[in-house]
Amino acid sequence: MMEQLTRSGNEAAALGAKLSRAEVIAAYPITPSTFIVEYLAQYIADGELKAKLINVESEHSAMSACIGASLAGARTFTATSSQGLALMHEMLHWAVGARTPVVMAVGNRALAPPWNLYANHQDSIAQRDTGWIEFYCENNQEVLDTIIQAYKVAEDKRVLLPAMVCLDGFILTHTRERVDVPPQDAVDEYLPPYRPEHFVIDFDRPLTENVIVTPAWYMEYQYQLEVAMRNAREVIREANRDFAKKFNRDWGGLVDSYFMEDAEVAIMAMGTIAGTARVAVREMRKAGHKVGLIKLRAFRPFPIEEIRKLGSQLKVLAVIDRNCVFGSGGASCIEAQSALYSIPNRPKVLGFIAGLGGKDVGVESIKYILNKALKVSETGRVEREVEWVNLVGGE
Amino acid sequence: MAQQYKSWKDLPIGAVVPGGTCYLNKTGTWRVSKPVLDRSKCTKCLLCWIYCPDVAIAFDEENIGIDYDYCKGCGICANECPVGAIKMVEEVESQ
Amino acid sequence: MMPSKVVPLKEISRVELVSKGHNGCPGCGMCISLRQALKGLGKNTVLAIPAGCVPVVAGGPLPLAGLSVPTILCSFDATGAFIAGIEAALDLKGRKKGVNVVGFAGDGGTADIGIQALSGAFERRHDIIYICYDNEAYMNTGIQRSGTTPYGAWTTTTPVGSLKHFKRESKKDMPRIVAAHNPRYVATASIAFPGDFIGKIKRATELGGPSYIHVHSPCPVGWRFPPDKTIEIARLAVLTGMWRLFEIEDGQYRLTLKVPKRKPVAEYLKLQGRFRHLTPADIEEIQREVDKLWEAQPA
Repeated sequence: MMEQLTRSGNEAAALGAKLSRAEVIAAYPITPSTFIVEYLAQYIADGELKAKLINVESEHSAMSACIGASLAGARTFTATSSQGLALMHEMLHWAVGARTPVVMAVGNRALAPPWNLYANHQDSIAQRDTGWIEFYCENNQEVLDTIIQAYKVAEDKRVLLPAMVCLDGFILTHTRERVDVPPQDAVDEYLPPYRPEHFVIDFDRPLTENVIVTPAWYMEYQYQLEVAMRNAREVIREANRDFAKKFNRDWGGLVDSYFMEDAEVAIMAMGTIAGTARVAVREMRKAGHKVGLIKLRAFRPFPIEEIRKLGSQLKVLAVIDRNCVFGSGGASCIEAQSALYSIPNRPKVLGFIAGLGGKDVGVESIKYILNKALKVSETGRVEREVEWVNLVGGE
Repeated sequence: MAQQYKSWKDLPIGAVVPGGTCYLNKTGTWRVSKPVLDRSKCTKCLLCWIYCPDVAIAFDEENIGIDYDYCKGCGICANECPVGAIKMVEEVESQ
Repeated sequence: MMPSKVVPLKEISRVELVSKGHNGCPGCGMCISLRQALKGLGKNTVLAIPAGCVPVVAGGPLPLAGLSVPTILCSFDATGAFIAGIEAALDLKGRKKGVNVVGFAGDGGTADIGIQALSGAFERRHDIIYICYDNEAYMNTGIQRSGTTPYGAWTTTTPVGSLKHFKRESKKDMPRIVAAHNPRYVATASIAFPGDFIGKIKRATELGGPSYIHVHSPCPVGWRFPPDKTIEIARLAVLTGMWRLFEIEDGQYRLTLKVPKRKPVAEYLKLQGRFRHLTPADIEEIQREVDKLWEAQPA
C-alpha cells in the first residue's frame, strides 16, 4: 500500500533523500530550502534514518563535507538556495572533478541585491557550466521521485557526476500537494547502496585522489567529464523507464511532452511554469489551436536529441525562462536555438523572460506567449527574439 | 610515467593513483653538492635521518647510508651532524 | 592531564610514509614536518591536503604520488570541512576506530582562507587532527604575506621600498584562536624538536579529536637562507623565544620546552634575508615584543 498524504516540496525532497538512504548530510540554513534539512534532522533524531547530519558553518563547507564524505564512501545529500548555491560554486566544480555523486536539492530563489526570496532559476542556471546534472521539477511528487532517480543516475558508473534537483522556491518548497510516498523496500530494490570504485580508503593499498595533472592530460580529463555528461542522457532515460516500471510514474526522462503529437506551435518551460503551461495548452487546444508543451526536465545534460525530434515538426517554439543571461536571452532558449540550428526544418524560436523573483506567471501569461507564437507561425516574421513578460512599464 | 596512457580513456577517474610511487622520480640529479659521511666519526645518533627532508638517509643495525639517487644536496645533515661526520663536497670535485 | 611524551630518536618509527623522489625544494621545512608528522600518525591515516606546498610532495604529477597513506587533495579553503565529511562517513560506516582523519595545511590555508572551515569543524568537535605547517607566508605562490607572517618580515606583497617597509602587523596567534574552541588538544611544535613534535602527534591520536598541532616550518626559499640552515633556524626560533613550544590538553596549558636563558632574537633574525632590512631599533622592538609575550604567558 502506498502512503498518500499532502506534503510540501521541501518535505518531498527530504523524503526523497530519506528513501534514498542518504548517509551523510551536510547543510547550512537558507530560505526557502531550510525545511529540507530540518525534516532530515528530525528523521535522524527519530531513528527513521541512519545518517550523519553535519550542521556546517557555510554552504561552501556543506559541499566540501559532502565531497569528503562521498570520497570516504558515503551517499551524501545537501540542500540550498540562491546565495548559498552561489557560495558553493567553487565546490560544485570540485564535486564534478572528484567524481562524487552528491545529490543536492535546490530551492530556486532569486539572487540579491535587491533582496528577494522568491522563485528564480538564476541560482542554478548560473551553475550550468560546472558539470552538474540539473533536473527541474514541476510538482512535489516529481521532487520526491527525481531525488531517487538522481542518485540512480549520478552513481551510475557511466556517469559518476553530482546532480541537483531544482524546485521553485515557495511555489513548491512551501506548498502542500498530494505526494505518494513509495515503500522503502521498493526504493531499495531500485537504488542499491553506493559502492564507489574510483577511490577507496585502503590503508594497505593507499591511493591518492586528485593528483596534479600537467597540460598534457588536463584536457583529456575534461573530455572524460564531457563523455560522462553525454552518457547521462541515456542513463536518465533508463532511470526514468525503470522507475516508471516499478512505481508507475513516468516523468518522461529528459523532457516531458504534452499535446505534442501534432503540435505546430509549442511552449517550452522548466519547473512549475510547465504546470501552468499545461492548463494554457489544454485550453488553447479546446479553442482549436495546434499547440503543445515541451517540459524541460533535465537542463544538464541538455536533451538535444529530444528537442530536435520535437522541434522538427514545429513552426514556432516559444521558450519561457525564469532566468536571464544578461545581454543575450533566457538560458534554455539559447540552448534550444543551438540544438535546433542545424536541423533541416528548424522552427522559429521565440524567447520569453518571465517570473523572475517570484513574479506570477499565470495561465493568461502563457496564453499571451502562445498567441504571439501563433501569430509568428502565420506571418513567418519574428519581430522580437526576446521579450520580458509582464514587465511593469514595458520594454 | 604519464606516457603509459595512450588515450583519455586510460586515465584513472578522478586522477586517483597509487600512493608512494614518486620514488620513480630520481631527485639526486638536482644536487649541486653532495654529503659525504665519514663512518669513523659517525655515532649513529640518527639526527641526520630524522632531519632529512628527502628521505635520503637510511640506517640499519650497523650502518647509516646516504641515498644519492634521491639526496638533493640541501646540506641539512652536514649542518646538523653534532660530530662533524658529514661534509658537503662539490659534485664536480667528487666525480 | 597527561603530558605528551618526547619520543626518543631510536624509538621513532622507521616506516617512511613519505616517498623519496618527491618534488619538494631542497631543505624544505614543510617536507620535514610532513615526514615527522606521519611518523607519529602511522599508516592508518586518511590525509586531506589543501593547495599549498604539500601537493607538490604528495600529489603527482600524474601518475606519481608521494604519500603511502590514503590522501585526498582538497580545496584551499575547506580542509576543515573535508576532514569533517571524511570523519562522518567513516564513523557512519563503522570504519573510524584506530583511524586518524587528518588535515595537513599551510598557514594560509589555516589562518586565512581556511579559518572558517577549521573553526566550524572544531566547534562541532569532529574526531579530527588538524596540523598546520607554518612557513609564515604563501610560499607555493611565491612568498606573499599571510596572517602568520611575523612583524618585520619582507614578502613579495610586503616589500621593502623607500616609502613602505615590510609587514607591520604581528603574527596571527592561530594556536590560541583554536584553543578558544576548547578542543581536546592544542600544541605547538618545531621540526627541530622531532621527539617533542612526534610525541604531541601521538598524544593527539590517543585523545581523539578535535586536536590541533601548529608546527613551525622554516622555508629556505621564502625566508631567504641557505637550505642547510632549515633546522638551525627552526631551533633558533625556539631558543630565542620567537616560537614557543607548549600544549593545551582539555584547557590545561603546559610549556613543553623550557628555555632557561633565551638567546637574543637577533641571532634568529640575522640568518634570514627576509629580515635583512631591519634596523637595530626594529630588532629591539621585536625583542621587546617577545619579552613581553614571555612575561605575559605562564611558564
